[in-house]
Amino acid sequence: MIEIKNISKGFNGRTVIDNVSATLETGKCNLIIGASGSGKTVMMKCLIGLFEPDAGEVLYDGDSITNMNDEERKMLRQQIGMLFQGSALFDSMTVEQNVMFPLDMFTNLNQKQKHDKVNEVLARVNLTGANDKFPAEISGGMKKRVGIARAIVLNPKFLFCDEPNSGLDPKTSLVIDKLIKEITTEFGMTTVVNTHDMNSVMEIGDKIIFMHQGHKEWEGSNKDIIFSKNDELNKFIFASDFLQDAKDMRMLEAKGKIKSDRDMDEMMGSS
Amino acid sequence: MNFFTHFGRYLLMIKGMFSKPENMRLYWKELMHQCNEIGIRSVGIVVIISIFLGAVTTVQTAYQLITPLIPKTVIAVIVRDNIILELAPTLICVVLAGVVGSRIASELGNMRISEQIDALEIMGINTKAYLIMPKILAALIVVPCLVVLAAVLGIWGGKVAGNLSGILPPSIYNDGLLEDFIPYNVFFALSKTYTYAFIISSIPAYYGYHVEGGSLEIGRASTKSVIVSCILILLADYALAALLL
Repeated sequence: MIEIKNISKGFNGRTVIDNVSATLETGKCNLIIGASGSGKTVMMKCLIGLFEPDAGEVLYDGDSITNMNDEERKMLRQQIGMLFQGSALFDSMTVEQNVMFPLDMFTNLNQKQKHDKVNEVLARVNLTGANDKFPAEISGGMKKRVGIARAIVLNPKFLFCDEPNSGLDPKTSLVIDKLIKEITTEFGMTTVVNTHDMNSVMEIGDKIIFMHQGHKEWEGSNKDIIFSKNDELNKFIFASDFLQDAKDMRMLEAKGKIKSDRDMDEMMGSS
Repeated sequence: MNFFTHFGRYLLMIKGMFSKPENMRLYWKELMHQCNEIGIRSVGIVVIISIFLGAVTTVQTAYQLITPLIPKTVIAVIVRDNIILELAPTLICVVLAGVVGSRIASELGNMRISEQIDALEIMGINTKAYLIMPKILAALIVVPCLVVLAAVLGIWGGKVAGNLSGILPPSIYNDGLLEDFIPYNVFFALSKTYTYAFIISSIPAYYGYHVEGGSLEIGRASTKSVIVSCILILLADYALAALLL
């Protein structure tokens, strides 16, 4: 479990995150959502210790990362896996070498054991046979999956994903979302996903934190979003008429006002 | 940012390099990789430049020493001392500052922009120790070797040019090489080389490691690192000459 306690962070006198507190739950997909510039990337960088917060602290299973010395922070980071927006694969290494790198660095496994482990995680992300390809030779979706494989190869307790669907088509985005969700449940990890992809929000958002202008505007699950009365959240999530209609229909459905496909057809016809 | 900010960040970067390696075998592998990148890949350009340096120095020295009162062995003495004291260490290192320096700055800059450095940090790796230290160590190992190679080839190039152009036969050139040889000059040349090796690896590493922005900034950082390295080499050249000679 990750606890965020009254985090604030600013740059050059401008506050980017303002007194945010939240709890990110174990075994669940915790989503940080918000418009561009809302502070979600800075928030994630504070969570993983790439930025030092100006105030407040981040607790990993009760231990504050803010107060850790370099050695303790290094140990903690070995329990963290991260999928970067651009995948951040090492260009000069093959897919296999990329995934094997954390094993080379932090384990004493022999070559065969490492090879087996790499093949196991590559199979888990449906990339069997891509071992010898270089990052430049594979698609964006495959890069993301290699990034996920590298992030989970040491069985981390915490998985961070920064915009996992950026630059991907809707179908591939769904594949990545599904993979993140499955891995979270399978490994019992605390997963934190930074996104503004609405499919992700509705599909995998066990817990959602909505950031607006640097502060936490709303908190809940993907099921709560439909019924939320928060104006800023509704403006952000249901930005288009199409999405607003979908929301209205889902609400009517939930209230039992739409009982059959015929009713829905009639509604669609009248709107 | 002013000079003191850069200098402070540079010192912090150097300080940050000293930590216990997470895995000695991978650090060793990286060191060997950098020795190959910095050393072996620069051999070609060093060979070409040093042979022509020696050849040109011989021809130009002979052109200036037109009086028959000066023995022809003096040409070899001048070529030898010029090559050992100045041309091999300084000129070759200026060339290496361009070749090696821009490569180091671009590599690290690209890693920074594409979040590869962040990825290493998140894994719990000291990126300064893993990415910068092997480059500096590799430069300290291979650049002196390249300079010694350059000195040998430069002197040999002078001999070949003197012979081919009929300025002086190889036997006289060889006699000149042994005339008034001061072993301290080699020590001085190597002292300069180690200083330059540190400059041409650490300065580009600093600029590359701290790149912010996009691909344009990588190019700018690379250019800036070469310019700063060259200026520092020339300043160090003067300072060491004043101190050690």
